[in-house]
Amino acid sequence: MLRTGFKKWVLAASLAMTGVAAAGGAHAQAATSPATAATAAPTGLRPADSNQGTSGGALQKADAAPAAPALAMDGAPALNATASAPGVGQPLDGVMHIQPQVTKNGLRAHWFHDRILFPLITFISVLVLVLLVVVMVRFRAARNPVPSRTSHNTAIEVAWTLIPVLILVAIAVPSIGLLQAQFKPAPAGAVTLKAIGNQWFWSYQYPDHGGIEITANMLKEGNQVAPGERARSAADGPRLLATDNRVVLPVGVPIRLITTANDVIHSWAVPAFWIKLDAIPGRLNETSFTIDKPGLYFGQCSELCGARHAFMPIAVEAVTPEQFAAWVRAKGGTMPAPGKASDAVIPQPGADNSAAVMDEAAVANAMTGPTENGTDTPTTSPQGATGNPGGVGEAGR
Amino acid sequence: MTDTALHPSAFVAHDDHHHHADADHKPGFFARWFMSTNHKDIGTLYLIFAIVAGIIGGGISGLMRAELMHPGIQYLPQWATMLHGGQEQTFDQALHLWNVLVTAHGLIMVFFMVMPAMIGGFGNWFVPIMIGAPDMAFPRMNNISFWLLVPAFLLLLASPFFGGAGTGWTVYAPLSTYGEPGPSVDMAILSLHLSGASSILGAINFITTIFNMRAPGMTLHKMPLFAWSVLVTAFLLLLALPVLAAAITMLLTDRNFGTTFYDPAGGGDPVLYQHLFWFFGHPEVYIMILPGFGIISHIVATFSRKPVFGYLGMAYAMVAIGVVGFVVWAHHMFTTGMSVNVKMYFTAATMVIAVPTGIKIFSWIATMWGGSLRFPTPMVWAIGFIFMFTVGGVTGVVLANGGVDDYMQDTYYVVAHFHYVLSLGAVFSLFAGFYYWFPKMSGKMYSELLGQLHFWVFFVGVNLLFFPMHFLGLQGMPRRYPDYPDGFAHWNNIATIGYMIMAAGMAIFFVNVIWSLIAGKKAPDNPWGEGATTLEWTLSSPPPFHQFETLPKID
Repeated sequence: MLRTGFKKWVLAASLAMTGVAAAGGAHAQAATSPATAATAAPTGLRPADSNQGTSGGALQKADAAPAAPALAMDGAPALNATASAPGVGQPLDGVMHIQPQVTKNGLRAHWFHDRILFPLITFISVLVLVLLVVVMVRFRAARNPVPSRTSHNTAIEVAWTLIPVLILVAIAVPSIGLLQAQFKPAPAGAVTLKAIGNQWFWSYQYPDHGGIEITANMLKEGNQVAPGERARSAADGPRLLATDNRVVLPVGVPIRLITTANDVIHSWAVPAFWIKLDAIPGRLNETSFTIDKPGLYFGQCSELCGARHAFMPIAVEAVTPEQFAAWVRAKGGTMPAPGKASDAVIPQPGADNSAAVMDEAAVANAMTGPTENGTDTPTTSPQGATGNPGGVGEAGR
Repeated sequence: MTDTALHPSAFVAHDDHHHHADADHKPGFFARWFMSTNHKDIGTLYLIFAIVAGIIGGGISGLMRAELMHPGIQYLPQWATMLHGGQEQTFDQALHLWNVLVTAHGLIMVFFMVMPAMIGGFGNWFVPIMIGAPDMAFPRMNNISFWLLVPAFLLLLASPFFGGAGTGWTVYAPLSTYGEPGPSVDMAILSLHLSGASSILGAINFITTIFNMRAPGMTLHKMPLFAWSVLVTAFLLLLALPVLAAAITMLLTDRNFGTTFYDPAGGGDPVLYQHLFWFFGHPEVYIMILPGFGIISHIVATFSRKPVFGYLGMAYAMVAIGVVGFVVWAHHMFTTGMSVNVKMYFTAATMVIAVPTGIKIFSWIATMWGGSLRFPTPMVWAIGFIFMFTVGGVTGVVLANGGVDDYMQDTYYVVAHFHYVLSLGAVFSLFAGFYYWFPKMSGKMYSELLGQLHFWVFFVGVNLLFFPMHFLGLQGMPRRYPDYPDGFAHWNNIATIGYMIMAAGMAIFFVNVIWSLIAGKKAPDNPWGEGATTLEWTLSSPPPFHQFETLPKID
C-alpha cells in the first residue's frame, strides 16, 4: 500500500521532470530559429550593412589589423587596461578574497560565499581546533592520570548527527536558490555570444548580429613576437590575459552565452561574471548573465586542453549598448531589427537585468522553460537532428 | 557488547610465543621476497613500493613548484631537452612536459603511493592479525596483487620517454583520444588496467579474509575499526574499479580501433567518459581516506587509554560514507552543462556526506575527552590529521554547492581542498600509522625526537604549501597551468617555499627510518601500554613469520 503510493509519487515526479525537459527542449529550438532567420535575412539598416548582411552564414573573418593597440571599438575609444581599477576583472596579487563581481548572480553567489559559507566553515574549523586544544590540555596524562571508560552517550551522538543536518539544510536553501537564479533562461532580446574553444584560442560568433566572427589569440610579450607581429602593450591588459581581439558585450543587456569546441574540451571562464561553462565538442552549452558595469574583464581557459592550455585567455570589453551597436556596425554586422530578436532591453522575469521595457510576448516566451545546456548533435553525427530531442541536455539521459 | 571491542581482556592470544620455533621458518631471500605468500612480507613490499613511488611523485611536485615559484616559464624547456637525451625540444613540447608532470604526479600519488601504502601495506600487515587470522584467505592471489603493481608502475614511468601522457590523471576524452597521439597514453591506460586488476584482486582477498577468517568470538561488531575501514574500502574498490576499467577500455578502443564512444563525430559523447570516470573517481577518494580513518581511530584510542567513543557509529559512518560516495560523482562535473535538477540533486547529495564525516571527527574528539592523553609521535600526527582533515572537509562543503562551484571549479581552490584531505589527510594518517606500527613491523623503536621534529617541520611546510592555494583559487587561478598572470605571483612564491620546508621534513623522516632500522632500540611487544588493545600488540615485535597457528579466542 505504502509502497505503491511511493511508486506513484516517484512516477509522477519523473513524468513532471520529463515534461519540463521536453518543454525546455522545444523552447530551445524555437529560440534558435528566429536567431538563424535574423542571420540569414539582412535587415538592411544601412546600405553598407545590408551588403555585409547578405553574406549571412558565410561569416567574415575578424579584421586582423594588428598594429593598433586601440583594438575593440574600431573608431570608438577602446578601453585601456591600465585605467581599470586594481583587481577588477583580473587577479590582484597577494590578496585572499574573491574577485569583485559585476553580475547580479555573481554578487549573489559572492554574498553566499562571503556571508554564509565562509563564516560557517571558519566557525567549524575553529570549533574543532578549540575542542582539540581543550582536550589536549585538560585530559593530558599529567593532569588526568585515570581515564574514564565512557564510550557512549546517545544524546550527544544524536545531537552531532542532527545539528549538522540542520546546518546543511540551512545552507541548501540559498544554494538551491542560487542554482535556480543561475539557470534563469535568457530572454528573447538577449545578445547571443557563441564561444568556440580551439587548441589554443577562442573564436566567437554573434549569430544575432549579422554573424560577426572574431578570433581571440593571446598577445605575446615584446621579446617573444616575430618581426612585424603585434606585441602586448600595457593598454591591452596583463601578461597572459590580453588578447588581440576582445569580446565586446553591452552592459545592462542579458547575454546568452553558448559554448562549444572544435577539438578537445575547453572551458570559458570569467571570474568577475561568476561564469564558467565547459566548451565541449558536439555539445552546445548555454548560460546567461548580465554585466552591470562597463570595463575590462579577463578570464582563462579552465579545462586542461593540451600544451598551451595556459595561453588561451578570455578578454571581455563591456561597453554601453550604444557603443556596442557602433562596434557591431563597424564590424560589418547588423543590429537585429525591432520586433525580431532585438537589442531592446527586455526584462527577464525574476531580474538580473536593469532598466527594461515590458514585452509581454518575450516574457511569456522566456517563461516556457529553461533553455540552458541544450545539446546539439553535430552535422557529422549519425544520430541526426531528430535522433536527439533537441536541447534536453542531461535531463534526457 | 561494543564496550568489550577494544578492551584488553577481550583479546587473548593463546600460546603464540611457544610456537616461535615452528613459526619462524623463513624461506631464502629470493623465495621470501619475490615469491612471497606471507601477508606481512607482502605488506612490507607494498610499503617499500609506496615509499619509492612517493619519492618519485613527491619529486615531481618539487619540479612543478620550482617552475611555479616565479611567473614565466623557467625550467621546462631545459627539462624537456634533458628528457629527450639532449635533443632540442619545441616550446610546445616543453609545455606538454608540464602536463606530463601534472599527470604523473596525480597518477603516482593516487595509484602507486596512497593506495598501496594504505591497503596493500597496512591492510596486508594488520587486517589478518587484528582479526586473529594466520594469513590472508588467498596468499598466492595476494602475491600477484603486488606483482601486478610493479609492471603497472614501470609502464607509467616509461611513458614520458615516448612523448608522455599529458592528459591529467582524469584522462578526459577527447584530449586523451585524438588530442594525444603516440603510445604514451596507451601505456598509461594499460598501467591503470594493471593496477586496477591488482586492486580488484586485493579487494576480493580482503573481503573473503574478513568475512571468513575472523577468530572464534570475533563478530563483525567486535572487529577493530581498521579492519572495518579496510572492509568498506574493499567493497568500494570492487564496485568502482570495474567501471574505471570499462571507461578506459573504451578510451583504448577509441584511440586504436576506430570506435567512437566518446567522439561526437560518431555519435559518442565526451561527457559520458566523465560520468564513468567520476563514478569510479569519487569512491576512489574515499578508498584513499577510509583506511586512514581506521588508523586514526586506533591511535586516538591507544594514546587516550580509552575505548573508541561510539564504536558502532564510527563503523556505520564509514559504511554510510561508502554508500553515499557512490551517488555524488557528478559534483566533479558541475560546469559540464548539466540541467538544473541534476545540479541540485548532486549539490544536496554531496552535502549529505558531511554528516557521517562530522560524526567521525566528533567521535575522535569524544574518545579523547576524559582520556589520559600522551603525545608520542603517532598521536601528534593523528591530532594533526583530525584538524587538517576538518579544514579540507569544510572547503568540500563550499565546493559541494553547484552554484558556487561555477567559480571554484578547476581553480586552485579545488587543488587546495583535495590536498588538504589527501596530502594533509591521507598522508598524515599514513605517517601516523607508520610511526604507530613501525616498532611492531620492524622490532625497532623509532627516534621520538626525530619523529616529533618530522611532524612539526612537515606540518608547517604543507600548510604553507597548500593554504595559499585557497587564495589563488579565490582570485581565480586555474589549475594545471605552467605559467600564470603576475597577479598570482605572491602566493605561488609562498607555496614553493612551503614545499621546501615540507621536503626538509621528509628528509628528517628518511633519516629517522634509516637510523631506527640500524640503531633503534629493540621494541617491546607492546610499546604503547594498556591503551593498545588490538591483537597485534599481543604478538612479539616483529611478529613471528606465521602467527596464530592456534587461533586466539575472543570473549
